[in-house]
Amino acid sequence: MFKVLKSGFYTTLQDEGRFGYRDKGVPVSGVMDVGVVRNANILLENDHDAAVLEITMTGPTLQFERDTYIALAGAEFATTLNNEPISNNKVHKVKAGDILSYGRLINGFRAYLAIKNGFKTKEVLGSRSQYYPITKRGSLKDHEELKYDPYIDFEPKISELKVKSLLDEKVLEVSKGPEFKLLDDEQLENIFIKEFTVAKEYNRMGYQFNEKIKGHDWSMLTSATLPGTVQLTPSGKLIVLMKDGQTTGGYPRILQLRDKAISILAQKKLGDKVTFKLA
Amino acid sequence: MEYPISIRSFGEHAVLIEWPNEVDDAILEDIIQFRSFLKQNCLEPQEWEMVPAYNSLTLIDRERTIDYQMFKAQLKTWYRERVGVKSRLRYLWKLPVCYDLDFAIDLEEVAERLGQSVARIIELHTSNIFTVYGIGFLPGFMYLGGLPKELEVPRRLEPRQKVAKGAVGLAGKQTGIYPQESPGGWNIIGNCSVPIFDAKREEPCFVNVGDRIQFYAISRAEYDLHKIQGEVGIYQFEKIKLDV
Repeated sequence: MFKVLKSGFYTTLQDEGRFGYRDKGVPVSGVMDVGVVRNANILLENDHDAAVLEITMTGPTLQFERDTYIALAGAEFATTLNNEPISNNKVHKVKAGDILSYGRLINGFRAYLAIKNGFKTKEVLGSRSQYYPITKRGSLKDHEELKYDPYIDFEPKISELKVKSLLDEKVLEVSKGPEFKLLDDEQLENIFIKEFTVAKEYNRMGYQFNEKIKGHDWSMLTSATLPGTVQLTPSGKLIVLMKDGQTTGGYPRILQLRDKAISILAQKKLGDKVTFKLA
Repeated sequence: MEYPISIRSFGEHAVLIEWPNEVDDAILEDIIQFRSFLKQNCLEPQEWEMVPAYNSLTLIDRERTIDYQMFKAQLKTWYRERVGVKSRLRYLWKLPVCYDLDFAIDLEEVAERLGQSVARIIELHTSNIFTVYGIGFLPGFMYLGGLPKELEVPRRLEPRQKVAKGAVGLAGKQTGIYPQESPGGWNIIGNCSVPIFDAKREEPCFVNVGDRIQFYAISRAEYDLHKIQGEVGIYQFEKIKLDV
């Protein structure tokens, strides 16, 4: 077991996602920054879909009740294990009673805590990813306990990964969306020249920006949307759908983020700037 | 019947197939037939998700990157060569709605705006059979087509912060049920007593795109009974097999 002493601003349990129910309107969910989580699970020699904690903006304080091994990834926080600083992309041994605590956010927005063999909560519709109301709760609460299997003699093949961080990247590579050809020259120029600043409406469902482009009065029949779909509203706002985003929508889908661009955007917060570039 | 379909790339992992831009039962039927054909003969269900809606079918690969040009050619061939497959049975679902004013907070206003009596609104809403053209927006939210003209009423100017789970609404050419509590701008004319979507069930949403829906009016007492049956999971949904 693992005690959540303080849950932080928004800490959720996530795996690769809930596949197979999009035709029933269930968002796919899963970790927002797939690349960094893959590395953490590789370090721990976990299955690629092992469940991890996704930690947002203000981190939690956690106490381990059994020995195990962990790896941290994603956003950089001032993180300590029993008051000793520890860093990302490394295997750390933890003992029963140890306290992991997240301090100040230094860079990025979403950090991950992976644990040897993953967290063992009950699956709902084939996934452990929290998404209310499919799962009973949408995020962790103070004093909650989470299950994991203890592990004592893990000898990692590699104990540290040197990876190129994407936290400072701001160019989002996109492909043309299904309604791309509706855009006129003015709209095209604006999309690919302007910098877009993350507005206060940003979360696991989607990201919006302060800057607008020219609007439109196109109407279309509702059709499928995906994580990474960029919708253009009639008033000219761009909405990028993310992992908890709705599965269908009625706004033109002008661009589609590449996987790497979804990871880059997932680490952005209020006021951060991005640009779009055709891949 | 073969429709002129168009195929478009939709990112690294998805392809969109579009039929003519119309809300039409025959088009929807062709989409569902093709989906069944792909599922049974061409695309591994473990690897692919297929989302039908109105005039489109989106094919999503869970992980792999799609070689678009090759896949497009392949899809065209599959569509041309598709043979009638036994598709899943289609059902007409009879869904109970309580139109009591406790739930139907906008019913009187809607009746007034449409120049009809409350009884007439309920009669129109329950005598009509609706087609499920899509499921999305929220888990289990059905896009229903086939609303009679007399029931067309614009959405509310100010959306509500909270619309109750099960609320049955009218907005423009649409009617539908809110499967969970959420913000919403539709005019609320009743509440459906049984859960269309329930993550505890093995099949969380028994309704499929292409099915039909008909509402019927129930009393407050029946509503309360269904509510309990629904929560315990013993409510028996009423369905009729359809020939399509």
